[in-house]
Amino acid sequence: MTALTDFLESLGARAIGAVHQLGFASHFLLLTLRNSGMCLRRFSLVVREIYSVGVLSLVIIVVSGMFVGMVLGLQGYDTLERYGSSSALGVLVALSLVRELGPVVAGLLFASRAGSAITAEIGLMKATEQLAAMEMMAVDPIARVIAPRFWAGVISMPLLAAMFSAMGVFGGYLVGVRLIGVDEGSFWSQMQAAVDLREDILNGVIKSVVFGVAVSWIAVFQGYDAPPTAEGVSRATTRTVVTSSLSILALDFILTAFMFRGA
Amino acid sequence: MIPATDNLVEVDNVNFAYDRRPILKGVNLDIRRGQVVAIMGLSGCGKTTLLRLIGGALHPTKGEVRVDGQSVAKLNHEERFALRRKMGMLFQFGALFTDMSCYDNVAFQMREHTDLPEQLIDDLVLMKLQAVGLRGAQHLMPAELSGGMARRVALARTTALDPMLIMYDEPFAGLDPVSMGVIGQLIRRLNDALGATSIIVTHDVAEALEIVDYVYFMSDGLIVTQGTPDELRASDKPFVHQFVYGETDGPMPFHYPADDYARDLHAGEAR
Repeated sequence: MTALTDFLESLGARAIGAVHQLGFASHFLLLTLRNSGMCLRRFSLVVREIYSVGVLSLVIIVVSGMFVGMVLGLQGYDTLERYGSSSALGVLVALSLVRELGPVVAGLLFASRAGSAITAEIGLMKATEQLAAMEMMAVDPIARVIAPRFWAGVISMPLLAAMFSAMGVFGGYLVGVRLIGVDEGSFWSQMQAAVDLREDILNGVIKSVVFGVAVSWIAVFQGYDAPPTAEGVSRATTRTVVTSSLSILALDFILTAFMFRGA
Repeated sequence: MIPATDNLVEVDNVNFAYDRRPILKGVNLDIRRGQVVAIMGLSGCGKTTLLRLIGGALHPTKGEVRVDGQSVAKLNHEERFALRRKMGMLFQFGALFTDMSCYDNVAFQMREHTDLPEQLIDDLVLMKLQAVGLRGAQHLMPAELSGGMARRVALARTTALDPMLIMYDEPFAGLDPVSMGVIGQLIRRLNDALGATSIIVTHDVAEALEIVDYVYFMSDGLIVTQGTPDELRASDKPFVHQFVYGETDGPMPFHYPADDYARDLHAGEAR
């Protein structure tokens, strides 16, 4: 009996803790947005962070995009060939990337490459009292440290997803057209005809923006909320990657359900 | 304007507790303008908490902290930040911004709080670094500095806007004896040169007694004794004697409070 009450108690405590955490995180997001004026006026602060979260993530995005596109080329050709419609390979590659794989895989890579770095950096700044020092210098760390990193993530993510999709299409082209020998004209023309700017591309961009907000929010919050110890920072970094990845997948399902309903 | 009182900082019957654990239990102290004052005590006696209360990072559960005549806890966000611009705080390990060079660390507050042209900031930063003897290290990153050098750069950064009040949280912790002496002398020199007031929280007695004007001793959340360095050296109070001469046992027990030793050991056998 006591085991049961203990179990219920710990379950309740966890639930309360989770709701409390979510409330704190939401309040933190509001604070970040409210304190964004300074970094948007002094945009060089954001540009600096875009370099470290965006530009430095380019290599992993470009290489992964290329490989994903190449695999899509191989797999897609193999399947389409059975129905004698291998000329539609361009459509398959482009739609898979623009609608799904681009935003989702780029988001997952972004979370593990840039999100973890943001969390670790902010967590360490907290652990070494840099945030406290800034506050004692009458500079609000949320405006000076958190907001620029948040906006850098929000701006970088859609660009990285676009880059991922573009490289993927190129990878698909290399394998499909150059290696296997699908007709180049039909590869491109069918793609051009079938990919819709609003239905496909815009929806993909919306997804990547949503993922960008989610990952950046989770990353800055976990860093700011991390216990100021080595263990605390390492746990927060892990949590950023896990929470971001799961959020991306869940959000992707919800967004897809709304966007492509009956389409 | 003539200040209403000679004291820059007045701590009036301040109580503070983290959750339900009381840290400060009615602290009273005054810091006179122009002086360098040390607050000493064992680790964990509430010294750092007191600095945070003075800086407005924490609020007392009872009592009042006044800085320059203003009650810190009653200030709103903008007023508190305005007051902090006139304060400097040196953190225990310097807390330099690790993503900026020494130069940019010292320039940080000037760039954030003033509209000075870069040319003037350049001169000011070099003067601040020269004062701590590290103009030659301006382009180094914090990771490339020794502990003592990092502390000196942090000191230059703390004094960047010529604050009226400078607070030092364990400025001597983890330093070699030479660096300790250097930091001690710098604290005194900068205080007098800037016409500032300084509070040093420390447990390095010998070093602090050399440079300060007045000392408060804290124990268990209370001020237990106070006086000038000479008075303390001559004090026959067992507590002060133990502290000043670093004796391991005395009024301050060596053992953390625990259950009866023999009973604890038997309990281990039973397990």
